[in-house]
Amino acid sequence: MTPILLSPFDIAIAAVLIVLDAGLSVGLRLRLHRQLAIAATRMVVQLVLIGFVLRAVFAIASPLVTLAVILVMVAIAGTEVASRPEQRLGRFGNYIVGATSVSLATFLTAILALTTAIRPSPWYDAHYAVPLAGIILGNVLNGASLALDSLLGGVLREKAAIEAQLVLGASFRRAMRGLVRTSVRRALLPIINQMSAAGIITLPGIMTGQILAGMDPLEAAKYQILLMFLLSGGSGLAAVAVVYLAAARLTDDRQRLRLDRLLRKG
Amino acid sequence: MSAPAWRRQVIYNPAEPGWWDEAVAPHFADLAAARAMAPRLGLDPALFDGPVARLSSGERQRLGLIRALTLRPKGLLLDEPTGALDEDNTALAEALLRAHRAAGVSIVLVTHSEAQAARFASSHLRMADRRLV
Repeated sequence: MTPILLSPFDIAIAAVLIVLDAGLSVGLRLRLHRQLAIAATRMVVQLVLIGFVLRAVFAIASPLVTLAVILVMVAIAGTEVASRPEQRLGRFGNYIVGATSVSLATFLTAILALTTAIRPSPWYDAHYAVPLAGIILGNVLNGASLALDSLLGGVLREKAAIEAQLVLGASFRRAMRGLVRTSVRRALLPIINQMSAAGIITLPGIMTGQILAGMDPLEAAKYQILLMFLLSGGSGLAAVAVVYLAAARLTDDRQRLRLDRLLRKG
Repeated sequence: MSAPAWRRQVIYNPAEPGWWDEAVAPHFADLAAARAMAPRLGLDPALFDGPVARLSSGERQRLGLIRALTLRPKGLLLDEPTGALDEDNTALAEALLRAHRAAGVSIVLVTHSEAQAARFASSHLRMADRRLV
């Protein structure tokens, strides 16, 4: 079974549905038709562009170009992680923490999968490396931003509790233990939800895609299982890295809580 | 000496002690010693079995003092340790602190009460207009 290719005409028929949405917006005075039009146009332009970019990257088949594309994706994800919380760690702390943890988690899990389970040849073949890094990044971004938001918000809320332990001689690590746990736990909840819902409540995207592209459902399921493991590993790694890197920036060599290094957004 | 090791020997007790658990008991390293000390500050030992949220500010202040003392520090830095207490309980707290001082604990205490300073201190410094006088 070969994939069924879509013609522009096929897509145009589906676009009627967007026009239907716009009609609803006008009829019900939702004032959403402008936003809807902009979002739909953006989506089409972005996806067509990335289609061309990936086609070019696959054609060039140079490991350096592949690496560059992935690095750009990682940098954007790192910025997203950094901008989520309402607080900022001084000296570009959010960006450094975000980019370091996102790239660490993504590269480790992607390279593990490419060299052991999927094993394309060469292992850095862009057909596999770029989409795989992309899907891992999406989840790592989610986990890392939840962890950072939870830690930076929590450290302000629980200042009194943390300092109460410090004045009695607890180490900084010990005083932060509760907050570190809460933050990592929060980061892992979405992937746990995804795994428990997979196949019953939702048909996960990769599996759906592979089935539509003509793959045997059981083979597609195996791919999805591998990916879920990668995604949970990636989220866990990213969350732990974010939490420890950010916590280290909130203390000093005298193990004090340095909230003066945490600035409000804006 | 590491900062935490120093802070274990010279404990700072703020005017409003902080709490990191919902229950009272987990805040005490030596719960038996803490329970034994409670009556000396006029506290019911049953408080240790309840939640922090149900404590009055005076109870929190006294439990904070017990928490610091039962860690057996060599020095204590106390910020208004009796600020939320009535006269009777202030007298109890001062008696307990005197006993620890007699046993060799150095105490630096900040208070708004000149009477307390006169009663309690072996030497005292007065601060006025942002200056020590």
